[in-house]
Amino acid sequence: MSDTDNPNVIRSKIWREEPEPDNAFATRAAFCRGYDVYGEMLGQSRWVDMLFMLFQNEAPTTVQADLLETLAVALANPGPRDASVHAAMCGGVCGSTAASSLMAALAVGAGQLSGGREVFMSMEGWVECDTDLDAWRKRLAGLDAIPGSIWPAPDHPPGFDPHGVGTATSVKQTLACLARYGAGYRLPWLQQNLTGLEAASGCPLALSGVAAAAFTDLGFAPEQGEMLHLLLRLPGAAAHALEQRPLGYKNFPFGTVELEGEIAEESA
Amino acid sequence: MSKHTKGPNLLHDNVGVLKSRMGTFYPGSHVIFRGHDLHTDLKDMDWVELYVFGITGRRFTKEQLRLMHSIWTYTSYPDVRLWNNRVAALAGSSRSTGNLGVAAALAVSEASIYGRGIDMRAISFLNRTRQHMNVGGNLAECIRLELELHRSIAGYGRPLINGDERNQHILELAKNLGLDQGSYLRLAFSIEETLFAGRWRMKMNYAGLVAALVADIGFSPREYYLFLFPAFLAGMQPCFIEASDRPEGTLYAIPCADILYEGESTRTWLNRNNS
Repeated sequence: MSDTDNPNVIRSKIWREEPEPDNAFATRAAFCRGYDVYGEMLGQSRWVDMLFMLFQNEAPTTVQADLLETLAVALANPGPRDASVHAAMCGGVCGSTAASSLMAALAVGAGQLSGGREVFMSMEGWVECDTDLDAWRKRLAGLDAIPGSIWPAPDHPPGFDPHGVGTATSVKQTLACLARYGAGYRLPWLQQNLTGLEAASGCPLALSGVAAAAFTDLGFAPEQGEMLHLLLRLPGAAAHALEQRPLGYKNFPFGTVELEGEIAEESA
Repeated sequence: MSKHTKGPNLLHDNVGVLKSRMGTFYPGSHVIFRGHDLHTDLKDMDWVELYVFGITGRRFTKEQLRLMHSIWTYTSYPDVRLWNNRVAALAGSSRSTGNLGVAAALAVSEASIYGRGIDMRAISFLNRTRQHMNVGGNLAECIRLELELHRSIAGYGRPLINGDERNQHILELAKNLGLDQGSYLRLAFSIEETLFAGRWRMKMNYAGLVAALVADIGFSPREYYLFLFPAFLAGMQPCFIEASDRPEGTLYAIPCADILYEGESTRTWLNRNNS
């Protein structure tokens, strides 16, 4: 039977495996984009080389790998105040499974406020507007909701912080650091045009907006940036979930609900 | 920084504050569910009734609840090939937990070609089309605009086959319950007529039919979306159980040769072009 007649094949441009002679299911060699992963890349390549190459056909240049690694450091831990990490801690603090803590972080961190969807939409902005400030002004004036979407209508311009007053120092530091790599023209342009973009959006730039520009400069498509953003924020969620477990729920905020409406007075 | 900025004052106002119209529990005492005591006022509700009350805050007739039960029943298929069910089964085969497998299976049920992605588009299209028609709009024009927006009409046609085995059963039940006379259902059939007569040759599928039936009960798109969350659930556990009971790792066993590689030829890492 040829491969094209075999209904069980999985098509891939990313990965190929060669079996051991005695076992069709044991991997003798695995190749990522043509490179021998266990025979040659191991010990020679960086984690970010592999990460980059899983999404793109070619290995990153040193500058691209450096930028991706630095971005990964910036995104690694959103911190315990972040909603996605909070969700992971809700799993950790009561002894839920490891995977459920990460699933919780992914679900909450998928959204349009600091999450994967925000990065996706911000990257769509780069595809649509590139470095045309007028096009950005038009886009930031208000995104239309897509009829029938499972996602809610955007509450704020993607990539910007609806609760901000000025650009947070951590955001400025990240932008300045990433722009210095010179891996693409968007990060420097974002730095140069920050005032105009923030005025147009009515909000200061958020870390998600910096990440979106960096992913675009690295050649990733919006759906790839969304995935990477989800992935790269998980280390902090994992660590904080584990940290809360021995502390226990009694040392974790619970709160008191104040009921609103007619029933509130009767029930209290 | 004015147009969209909400905080930090808004955030300050919410530090340590949890206000709710939905409910809370008083440990050792009682539970309030949407303004009612769960264990006294609502204790006789069946589970679907409570579920839709939680979503909508409204009560429904026995007939409406019967239809809602069956909407879930008729689309629970214990077929391991279905992509969401397969997730639950692979969790079983990989000796993960049932909760993780089924939770992930439900999460992937929010797909763009089936499940919640289609359900939202289907009810949204019905809503927008009815609004358009109410002000004298033209159905063919609505279809054209929807095709322009999404390249397909949610609720019509089907990923695997054009035709839906569930439709006759749910329609028959709706008829028996007197719930087949709503304006959304009539609109859904008009759309089918137009699509089938046109070059698209598409028939209404379950997503289109159920969206119309539930819209006729008065659900908004968000209420409908949340109502359908467990729609496929009952088919998932059987898939998990069966895969768990078989030898580990045997579900969708894939030999190395079954990866049909279409990428770059073998090359050397150390000689790569690294500028």
